Amino acid sequence: MSAPFRLGAGGRIDRSRKLRFWLDRKAYEGVAGDTLASALLANGVHLVGRSFKYHRPRGIMAAGSDEPNALVSVGSGSRFTPNLRATQVELTDGLVAQSQNRWPSLGRDFGALNDVFSPLFPAGFYYKTFMWPKSAWKRIYEPKIRAMAGLGRAPTLPDSDTYTQRYAHCDALIVGAGPAGIAAALAAEAHGARVILCDEQAELGGSLLAETKATIDGKEASAWLSDALSRLSHSPNVRWLSRTTAFGCFPHNMVGLAERLTDHLPSPSEGRPRERLWQVRAKEVVLATGALERPLVFPDNDRPGIMLADAARQYLARYAVKPGTRVVVVTAHDQAYRAATELAEAGVEIAAILDIRQDASGSWAEQARGAGLHILSSTTICATSGRHRVSSVEIAPVGRDGKVGPRSRLACDLVLMCGGFTPAIHLFSQARGKLRFEERLNAFLPDGGAEGVRCAGASRGIFGLDAAIADGVAAGEAAARDAVGGGVEAAHSPVPLPKDLDGRRLDPLPHDRSPHRVKAFVDFQNDVTAKDVKLAVREGFRSIEHIKRYTTTGMATDQGKTSNMNALGIAASALDKPLPDVGLTTFRMPYTPVTFGTFAGVARGELFDPVRVTPTHDWASAHGAVFEDVGQWKRARYFPLKDEDMHRAVARECQAVRQSVGVFDASTLGKIEIVGPDAAEFMNRIYVNPWSRLEPGRCRYGVMLREDGSILDDGVVGRLAADRFHVTTTTGGAAQVLNHMEDFLQTEWSGLDCWLTSTTEQWAVIAVQGPDSRKILERLVDDIDLSAAAMPHMSVREGHVCGVPARVFRVSFTGELGFEINVPADHGRAVWQAVLDAGFSRSLTPYGTEAMHVMRAEKGYIIVGQDTDGTVTADDVGLSWAIGKTKKDFVGKRSLARPALSDPGRKQLVGLVTEDPELVLEEGAQIIAEEPTASHRSAPHKMIGHVTSSYFSATLGRGIALAMVAGGRRRMGETLYVPMPEGSIKAVVTNPVFLDPEGKRLDA
Amino acid sequence: MPDLSQARRSVLEGLGSSDGAHGALSLLPPISRLIFRGRISTIGRVAAAFGVEPAMEPCRAAVSGERAALWLGPDEWLLLAREGEAPAIIGRLADALAPLSYSLVDVSHRQVGLKVTGEDAQAILNAGCPLDLDRHAFPIGMCTRTLLQKTEIVLWRVAEAAFQLEVARSFAPYALRFLQQAERDL
Amino acid sequence: MLLIDCPFCGKRPELEFRYAGEAHIARPADPSGLGDEAWGRFLYGRGNPRGMHAERWRHLNGCGRFFNALRDTTDDRFAATYKIGEERPMVAEPQGARKA
Ligand SMILES: [Zn+2]
Repeated sequence: MSAPFRLGAGGRIDRSRKLRFWLDRKAYEGVAGDTLASALLANGVHLVGRSFKYHRPRGIMAAGSDEPNALVSVGSGSRFTPNLRATQVELTDGLVAQSQNRWPSLGRDFGALNDVFSPLFPAGFYYKTFMWPKSAWKRIYEPKIRAMAGLGRAPTLPDSDTYTQRYAHCDALIVGAGPAGIAAALAAEAHGARVILCDEQAELGGSLLAETKATIDGKEASAWLSDALSRLSHSPNVRWLSRTTAFGCFPHNMVGLAERLTDHLPSPSEGRPRERLWQVRAKEVVLATGALERPLVFPDNDRPGIMLADAARQYLARYAVKPGTRVVVVTAHDQAYRAATELAEAGVEIAAILDIRQDASGSWAEQARGAGLHILSSTTICATSGRHRVSSVEIAPVGRDGKVGPRSRLACDLVLMCGGFTPAIHLFSQARGKLRFEERLNAFLPDGGAEGVRCAGASRGIFGLDAAIADGVAAGEAAARDAVGGGVEAAHSPVPLPKDLDGRRLDPLPHDRSPHRVKAFVDFQNDVTAKDVKLAVREGFRSIEHIKRYTTTGMATDQGKTSNMNALGIAASALDKPLPDVGLTTFRMPYTPVTFGTFAGVARGELFDPVRVTPTHDWASAHGAVFEDVGQWKRARYFPLKDEDMHRAVARECQAVRQSVGVFDASTLGKIEIVGPDAAEFMNRIYVNPWSRLEPGRCRYGVMLREDGSILDDGVVGRLAADRFHVTTTTGGAAQVLNHMEDFLQTEWSGLDCWLTSTTEQWAVIAVQGPDSRKILERLVDDIDLSAAAMPHMSVREGHVCGVPARVFRVSFTGELGFEINVPADHGRAVWQAVLDAGFSRSLTPYGTEAMHVMRAEKGYIIVGQDTDGTVTADDVGLSWAIGKTKKDFVGKRSLARPALSDPGRKQLVGLVTEDPELVLEEGAQIIAEEPTASHRSAPHKMIGHVTSSYFSATLGRGIALAMVAGGRRRMGETLYVPMPEGSIKAVVTNPVFLDPEGKRLDA
Repeated sequence: MPDLSQARRSVLEGLGSSDGAHGALSLLPPISRLIFRGRISTIGRVAAAFGVEPAMEPCRAAVSGERAALWLGPDEWLLLAREGEAPAIIGRLADALAPLSYSLVDVSHRQVGLKVTGEDAQAILNAGCPLDLDRHAFPIGMCTRTLLQKTEIVLWRVAEAAFQLEVARSFAPYALRFLQQAERDL
Repeated sequence: MLLIDCPFCGKRPELEFRYAGEAHIARPADPSGLGDEAWGRFLYGRGNPRGMHAERWRHLNGCGRFFNALRDTTDDRFAATYKIGEERPMVAEPQGARKA
């Protein structure tokens, strides 16, 4: 089981810590420091997945987050994550991974038939083929296609991990801890900046982690790295985050980071969050995100065993893994010579280096030549073979005329390719930075335009260790200067390109085969070939954004890391346009996929949303209350006894209030205290009602409109003093009403001397309602005269309830004699208990919102938002009596004079009673005027209104409803029809006040 | 008739304070709270009567003994005092300010006080508060309404490593649980 | 997430603010003196410029103040914020601005 391709020495791994892991139920061994990819390669495993569309066998191609092929699922059950790049999965003991997109197994996959029939699957195939018949798409095509395609499968169990989030601020955020990033962090720190440095890898260092020979400042690269990290870790001004991907750049230098906290641990300790979302606001951002190696586009360039050249070098240098035994290198760039040379030094046989260029004279090429490596210039690859691993390539010389010469065959088990490097400008582009095309690199480079964001090192085309470090220092100093001021005026301009890092190629390599029969892949993850891109152009697509969508190149989780430039090059050639004129597709966030959990953070379960409860909540809960959600509030809906259902509980609660007395928690009502000499004037302007002559100690039902004349909110208002009003609002309207009032006070009437204070949460409100309510209050209050004469309906008194300072309102939303006791909230629970105790002998009955709703509907009292919507005026619901007729103006008054708002045909509030008293209409049901007959049951009927509230009234012994009906007040006594699936229901229009229309009970 | 005037029952009763290992969270005992709103010309007399000169500078708290005045807006201050003092303060300000117009409302029960202390205080708060809490950006004595994840808070830095929070009563359990979770997740 | 410069509190995260519609639309002093047409324009007539837009914001979870802002609708940048009652400051119209 030991790994045959692991070198005996070298690498940043710990050979003494052996780790056992599984891929598709086969066990392997790796060591600490491995990624899943490096451990598989150490075991000689290249084949790790099947491709997205053609189900072709695929192997590990890259060494980092740019890996397009090696997507695996890791874990199981509630800790199952699909689509992880094997190159980013840190190996842990016992890790269980599965390959994806294969059935029944990686070796034998029926979906690979797609590859055999691939001439049938050109670009746009799905769009073109599955068009007819339309109905078949939903039933047949889509389910089948979805079952075959897709990346991995979704987890089936709720995620058992937790996630957390944090906001952070810094002077300089440095993304990428390669040589440029570390240099930038050191420089920024030295200039007094608060620095955050993040890197997606487990170890900071970037390309330094694969530098075995280079020296920096006279030190070995690895020593320089550890010194630098030690300096950064000792600085109180630096926070560095490994395993942390900067996945998106947002306005004003907000950068999203996803930090992976536990995935690298063999068994996550209980309760530790798995990932943390950082929302970093940086004064300055330095992007040192490096560059991505490009593959070359040649026939069958996707076999397992065909890798990026520098990726292979990294496996060797960092993980001490030989990715093969006999290697063919194909390149358009000098960097591949370095890979070949280092592999040769490690004892790997280099069969040949094929350079598509006519000559390579850089220092890496010279070194390779000096080492005696077999170099063939002007040579291409025409074919590769090998079913689950490349076994040979067919190569051919390319003449000066571009003609491909005779082929010869080279046996090999590894092909390394290098088409150049693409600066990783994704984040810069997201920050709305401008890009310019650099001919010498065949790459887009950052070109300013992103305020407070600068790139450093390879991400702006500056290659080579020394140059990258110098550029990082300059960027770090400049960032510090811009963020905190002071420091030196550092130049931060491009450094000339070193000659030995030259070379590039975007076009497919020439070959001698029929272009219609070969697959030369451009986007490996999305299975897009050069042929597909050309086809898209032939079919008339001109914009790169359209070509992207038609072919799917550069889409999805990969966002074109390895494929963008090649696709663009091919499209530009096909369009016969200079590459910069073809443009670039948008770089979308996230740079690499971020879990949903990271975005959700702790917002799950009880922290999903605040749950607001009233002071009596625990009592209600202990007494079996069934709660309903009203916004974020939990309100007791009813209090069932033993086996009562809602219907019976509500009937009992209503009867208690109507016959003796009930108690209700109304604490959620919004409350605003309006204070100041101009308070009454302000009230006059905000409400339809007149307030000037309301005496202190009295209450009034107030209605307020929006400026367009529709009802905004309502509620009882008590005048406590000439300059003090206690306003109540609906539960849901509290915040909106306060905002509405502040708006007018601050912007339109800033000369008024009055001020608003929200007191919703100051007061617990206990409503005691029913004929016996006064008798109960009299036992609890000794400093307020509660008699009908001294305290009539709609009055308010300040005094004490059980010694607690209280505001006692005589108001009623039930139609009965009733009081609402307001006490400071922390006393609410105790006073509630005192009320219950005082009412014990009178069978005081707690009631919930459902009984409250039934009783108010019996009285025809509206609920704003239930019986009204944004179109309903005060007159529509019969509240024009409330309007102060002599007031010159109030919010909404002018709109009421518009012709449409006084049309007699408007919908008006009416009562509806069903012919069958047992029937309860459905809220929201439509109302029509004519009885539908069997012959035109399906004919369209004019809908003249709808049911807004509907309940069974135990008091009246029948179903009652409130409805908005066109011209409703002129229809009293008319029979209307409510069509339902089971047939229409007859209902008669009545006055909306069903009970005690004279209000005798209120005045008791 | 029972006398319940002494029995204040916090909404956080029974919810505990710090159950994380860091011990950073504590619940503050009941106090008196008043919202003063009025024109700036009244502030001098408030200072004399209340014993603390409310700050004119935005987002600053003024403290004297056990009393504090927190700037919440250009015409709004939160006055804090010992439990039970609200009625007397209302009376004293009425005497001192007459005949000027202003608004003074007792909100002692409207909100709940929490404290986050220790070297992790900033990190705990930044789990849900989007402000820069570095001592240069948010110095001692700074106070402001802001957000803690899905609830509004008043945040006040009372010491280098101590923040006081005022949370609306019905949001307090959420805020406390959120902070407890943030403490566990450090 | 944008940073918005509250005229009272300084730069604060967008989360604390609420948008409150177009700015500089004063409520007529005497609505009853207005014809239906003119009142309708006051109620519903709003600009939708591509470019600099004068708009109201409220620092809801902060000082609670309404204030005015000039925001470039093409890229969301705030060119200026100013207190209610202050005049709209002069700022350069962005390139490609278009009244609509
Ligand atoms: Zn503000």
